Amino acid sequence: MMTSSSTALAGESSARSIIVVEKLTKTFGQQRAVDEVSFDVKEGEIFGFLGPNGAGKSTTINMLTTLIPITSGKAEVCGFDVGRHPNEVRRNVGVVPQDYTADEDMTGYQNILLCADLYGIPRSNSKTHANELLSLVELQDAKDRKVSTYSGGMRRRLELACGLINYPKLLFLDEPTLGLDVQTRAAVWKYIRTLKEQYGMTLFVTTHYLEEADSLCDRIAIIDHGHIIKTGTPQQLKDGVGGDVIVVGVSEGQPDISADIAKIGLVKDVKKTDNDYRIKTEKGEEASPLIMGLIQSKGLHVTRISLTRPTLDEAYLELTGRTLREEETNKWSMRSQRRTMRTARS
Amino acid sequence: MTQEGESAARRSATTAQVPESQGTATPKQVRAATVAPKVNNSPIHGLWALTNRDLRKWYTNPYQLIISLIQPVIWMGLFGKALNFSSFITSSLGPNATPAEVNALMTQFFGTASYFSYLVCGMLIFVVVFTSAFSGMSVVWDRRFGFMNKALTTPVSRGTIVMGKILQSVARSLIQAVVVLAIGIALGMETDNFTLLGIAGTFAIIFLVAMGLSGLFVMLSLRSSDWQTQMAIINLLNLPLLFASNALFPTKIMPGWLQDVVKVNPVSYAIDGIRQMLIGAVGSYSLWMDFSVVFAFAAFFSIVGIVMSWRLLKK
Repeated sequence: MMTSSSTALAGESSARSIIVVEKLTKTFGQQRAVDEVSFDVKEGEIFGFLGPNGAGKSTTINMLTTLIPITSGKAEVCGFDVGRHPNEVRRNVGVVPQDYTADEDMTGYQNILLCADLYGIPRSNSKTHANELLSLVELQDAKDRKVSTYSGGMRRRLELACGLINYPKLLFLDEPTLGLDVQTRAAVWKYIRTLKEQYGMTLFVTTHYLEEADSLCDRIAIIDHGHIIKTGTPQQLKDGVGGDVIVVGVSEGQPDISADIAKIGLVKDVKKTDNDYRIKTEKGEEASPLIMGLIQSKGLHVTRISLTRPTLDEAYLELTGRTLREEETNKWSMRSQRRTMRTARS
Repeated sequence: MTQEGESAARRSATTAQVPESQGTATPKQVRAATVAPKVNNSPIHGLWALTNRDLRKWYTNPYQLIISLIQPVIWMGLFGKALNFSSFITSSLGPNATPAEVNALMTQFFGTASYFSYLVCGMLIFVVVFTSAFSGMSVVWDRRFGFMNKALTTPVSRGTIVMGKILQSVARSLIQAVVVLAIGIALGMETDNFTLLGIAGTFAIIFLVAMGLSGLFVMLSLRSSDWQTQMAIINLLNLPLLFASNALFPTKIMPGWLQDVVKVNPVSYAIDGIRQMLIGAVGSYSLWMDFSVVFAFAAFFSIVGIVMSWRLLKK
């Protein structure tokens, strides 16, 4: 029963919202870990929560997966309020936690069956489904070995399989590639895209890796110190930064035409250093030919030209005033994260 | 390298080569094979799975079983055999004491003529106390290593999680008690008064005491993620539970204040009941009283443990 309504703003898709969060707050004693956060996640999209450690990402995801109670605000997942109907939320979502939660004394296959039992799924179904999921994450050869023998990448893939056992419509992934090697990262991203494209699943991913958010997510919310700074598609966030930068090099001893360049509509700013014009524009691809045309019409000789699009790095820097770096958080999560990374590298 | 170049390089690095495994069903085919089934939503679903998980860790590791039996066996073997109360009484009564007189005096103090049998009954509960004390540890480990969080995101009831911990501890206590009893019999426990009903009643008491004690220790561990605190709690509670009871000595010889503590210790009632049923000893309380106290103890801490789990069992 979907009680949420999606407000269709101009230009937004009319997909239903599968997560609706309004002014969600969590305080631990005096500390506000999550401060009046509001966002919604549309069905079928990959939504990213990007921010440094201690930003409130894990606290938010823990509230949405009903692990901790909310202090104030509203959160509806799959149409159910997390406070009033936690069990319905749990039945409809899958969770891939940050920690490695599989039981090391059991085999991979046994672990998935245990998860299925916890969801009340009959063995007649879960045995087949477990084998399918193990195929999906390419663990079928290792399924009868104890998890203690698995590498970090294999454990992460097993967690993903366990998170899918209850046929969720919505999957939460908390830092899914933390500490993993490049190959496993690529594999995890591949599975995530497959889940979206072929299963129509909605995915909620928290991460502090910029390139992960950039390449994987349809929309991102940048969160820091418990606040959402900005929400948008990766492209929107990058566009918001100030624009593309075009650097045009001219040969020596030629007159300064900065003022003329600045007159071009798309150009926002021009700086001349030595023989280079550093030009900030919107829509660099469209501005480049205009600039080239202007320079050549003035009879100047162009020696080189480059166009750089802003990265999410720069977007992040501009929005938060800081670079994305590891921050000290509470002892518990640091210890837990170190253990996760150690296990990932095993 | 320009930033454009850098991000292009990153992108190509990440799309590099993850080997496509052979023989994998494509996701479209995978999806068609199974559909979401009718799930079991009963409040106790998952109880067996959770209990079995913990029990499997125990029975697949035989060393743990053996080590947990060492202590009661040492107590029985050394303490039980070394303390020959009959000889104290014989020597104090003088050289003309008859066995009947000795037995009578023993029975007056201990309720039975054989101190060793008296002790074995205490040892049965000894092993239950030690096993139950560690029931909280498994909660702490699960919380530490993330399994608890995983379980908490499933629709398994919080009370079921607690009950699973209690039941696995009870199962271990029962099995270990059987082994201790067998060893006790092998070492010379009197079996003349064994009856089927008596043995059944004994294990009923063991079941209930194990339930109550596990409930208590699990409840104390619900918010804890630190095993050292757990160890401190275990060491704090074990000693009074065992020694402020009639496990080793009759309470008649204890000072008044200690007798009061013994009176509120459910362990005393359990051991008293076992002694009456197993070795036909004269009890300090009626059997009815013993069962009632132990039953109330088990019910109280199980229920409190479950109720507290609703509030306290979260990340």
